Parts: sequence; C-alpha cells; structure tokens
Amino acid sequence: MNIFSRLMHRARVKSPRLFHLNTGSCNGCDIELVTCLSPRYDVEQLGIHLEGSPRHADILCITGPVTRNTLEAVKATYAQVCEPKAVVALGSCPASCNVFAGSPVIEGPLAKHIPVDVYVPGCPPHPDAIINGIARAAQILADRGVPEKAKGEPQQ
Amino acid sequence: MNAMALIRLFLFPGLLFAIPAGWFFVWGEHKAVARMQRRIGPPLLQPFYDFVKLLGKRTPSRHGIEADLLRLYPVLSVLSLIAALALLPVFPTGGFSGDGILFVALLEMPSICFILAGFTSGSIYGQIGSIREAVLSVASNLVFLLAIVTIAVTESTFRMTDFAGPSLNPGHWIGVLGILLCIPAKLRLNPFSTSNAEQEIYSGPLTEYAGAALGMWELAHGLEWVALTGFVATLILPVGGPWWLHAVLFVAVSFLQVLLLSGISAATARFTLQRSIQFYWRWAVVLAVLAMSSAIYMRFRL
Ligand code: SF4
Repeated sequence: MNIFSRLMHRARVKSPRLFHLNTGSCNGCDIELVTCLSPRYDVEQLGIHLEGSPRHADILCITGPVTRNTLEAVKATYAQVCEPKAVVALGSCPASCNVFAGSPVIEGPLAKHIPVDVYVPGCPPHPDAIINGIARAAQILADRGVPEKAKGEPQQ
Repeated sequence: MNAMALIRLFLFPGLLFAIPAGWFFVWGEHKAVARMQRRIGPPLLQPFYDFVKLLGKRTPSRHGIEADLLRLYPVLSVLSLIAALALLPVFPTGGFSGDGILFVALLEMPSICFILAGFTSGSIYGQIGSIREAVLSVASNLVFLLAIVTIAVTESTFRMTDFAGPSLNPGHWIGVLGILLCIPAKLRLNPFSTSNAEQEIYSGPLTEYAGAALGMWELAHGLEWVALTGFVATLILPVGGPWWLHAVLFVAVSFLQVLLLSGISAATARFTLQRSIQFYWRWAVVLAVLAMSSAIYMRFRL
C-alpha cells in the first residue's frame, strides 16, 4: 500500500457516516441507536455522524424486520449509498424477523434482499454493541475499498 | 500583480492558510458544541479525514448541463471564498479602492451557489432548502449590507485597509455588531439553520450531493468560517506591531468568535423561517438603520 491508499484507508475508518433506515421496527432499536449519540456514549469521538441523506452516508443502519411496504425503500436506499459502503443490521429483527416471523406482511430477513456486513443481535441491542458493530463495519468498508467490478452504479 | 497580492492569495490569509484553518474552525465548532453538551467531541483531524474520505467515494454518474452545474457550484464557492480571503486586510497594506464591494460580492457567491445547487439538483428537499436559504439570505443581507455601509460611511471609504483596526467612531462598533449578528445566518448555524434542517428536509440543498463535490461544499463551509470571522477580526484588531503578532492575534480572535458562535448555536433551538426573518427585519434592521443614520449625521456635523 502506498501512502495515499494508507491515508484513504485511515480516513475511511475514522469517518463513518450513518444513514438510519427503519423498516418497520418496534422503535426499540431506533431508540438505542439514537442513544449512541447522547453524551453518555458520544459516538462523535469516533467520527461517527448520523446523516440526513443516504448520499452522504457510508454505513446503512437498518432496524426492523423489512415489511412489505418498506422493501422498495430498502433497495432504493441501499442503491443510493455510494461505494464503498457497508450495511449494519441492528437488532434481531433484520437478522431473523424475530417476533414478527411468519407474518404475511413481513419480507425479511434482510439478507434476502441486500448484502449485510455486520449483525448486531439483541432485542434491542445494547448501545455498546451497536457502537462496536459500527466500528467493525467501518473497518470492513475500509478494507474492502471501492470494489473493482462495479456492482452497478449508484442510482440517480 | 505584485508579490504581496500573490502572498495574500496563496499563502496568508489565502489558500495555504485558509484550508487548514477552515478545517480547524469546523472542528472547533463541533468540539465546542460537544463540550457544551458534556460530550468529548470529534478528534482534531476529523474534518480532514471527512474530506479525504469523500474524495474516495464513487459518485453516481450524471450527464448533461445539470451535472456540470452541480459540479461547478462548490468549486465556484471555494474559489470565490479564497479570493475574498485574499482581500482581507490582515496586514494593512495593498488593496485597492472599492475592494470592500468586491469582498462583499465574493462573500455572497457561496450562498447563491448553495441556493442554485438546491434548485438544480431537482430534489424536493433541495428545493425547499433553497427557498428557505434564499428568503433568509435576503433578510440577513439587508442588515449585513447596512452594517458594512455604516462602517464605510464612518471611514468615508470602501477600501478594506481603511476599514481595518478599531475606531473611535461608535458607528464602527455598531457596524461590527451588525456583522456579528448576521454571521449565524450566513453560516446556517442555529438558530438560523432552517435551510439545512436535517430533521425536516434531510440535508436541504445538498441532499443529492455525494463524494468529492460534497467534500468541496464542506471545505467551502470551513472557508466561510475563516472569511467571516476573519473579517470581524480585522475590523477590531489594532493595526501595527510586528507582523507575526498580528497574524497570531488574527487567528486567535477569529477562533474566539468560532467558540462564541458555536456556544450560541448549541444553546439555541432552530427558529422557524418566519421567526428568523422577524428577527432580522424587526430588530436587527432597526439597529442597522440607526447606526447608518447616526454615521451619516456624524459626517455632516464634522
Ligand atoms: S429487535 Fe427487538 S427491539 Fe429491535 S426492532 Fe425488533 S422487536 Fe424491536
């Protein structure tokens, strides 16, 4: 690795921006994610920042079991995040549909629709676990870099 | 073009100084807000890492005139801010008569580009953000321009080097106060942050931006910090003394303003657009009109 790619790698690890997408969660995981921004956990120390637009984000944080209504939104939002990107599935819902499994309106688990890099299990997960998951995702994203063969350009 | 102008454009307070200073000020803003909320806040190099990371993102490929315009706006903002910084009379030599007018025009460019970017992007959130920014900039610019004209009247010139330094004339200080009142609106800080209110309209005009172009916008924001706080610093810092002391004081006074404005932004909630306009058109404009009429009165009396 030359000095520029080392710097880029470091910058990617140090500056993970999140976009949070709720796919029909009970709100438990959402509250725990927002807790991470609070003074007690203060994720800004790690450069983690919650963004308003998926275009600005590096890591897509998904909560909820993916209901039928949100499926298109999940795919569109995933396509809008620019490479290099990573997906963190927060809570048991995106991993297994949790208590919602078997419902006719649930299209989960999440991995059926988009590739997931990190699972943070728990119902809801502890903020420490969420921070750990995001930090791991940032490392994965930096190690992977921009994939050589483009899996389709980001959507307009 | 003489050597001094080149130094001002490329070294200090232009390119080489302004870019790291802009990052440093943006860090100072975030750190001050974090400390006020009893958080630790971002590391010193955070804005630099953010910029480098954004350079390495693959962005959506767009074609056509809109795509070129969207790429042009942030670059134009950065360039005009660097040109504006080169006009700052940190060392009161050089300059030309009327450069104050050019300075104000260059300072306005990022705001105009920001508004156009929102409209060009075609995003509904961008358009709402642009409308808000346009309305707010009309409201705050009235006060900003009146404040600058007040200073110009008290010094009876539009030359930046003659603006520099404290003055015995009270009009000068009321003008400085008026400029300080407008900085939060120009930097889109709380309580005047309706145009990039992420809880309502995602990222406002920048919603569709990604990668390097977004990085340029963040850089432009840092440069806006340097240019606006630096302008106030040149207005209040005494002229003369060794050049290095002057440069250090310039940075220190600018950074103090960053802390002050970040403190205000952390302590206040976002005004609605109507409240922001009321603030500028009801209260600040009264101050500005009073200042200007007293300045004109003083001139006729003397
Ligand atoms: S994992 Fe548990 S807390 Fe989280 S959304 Fe699902 S049911 Fe709610």
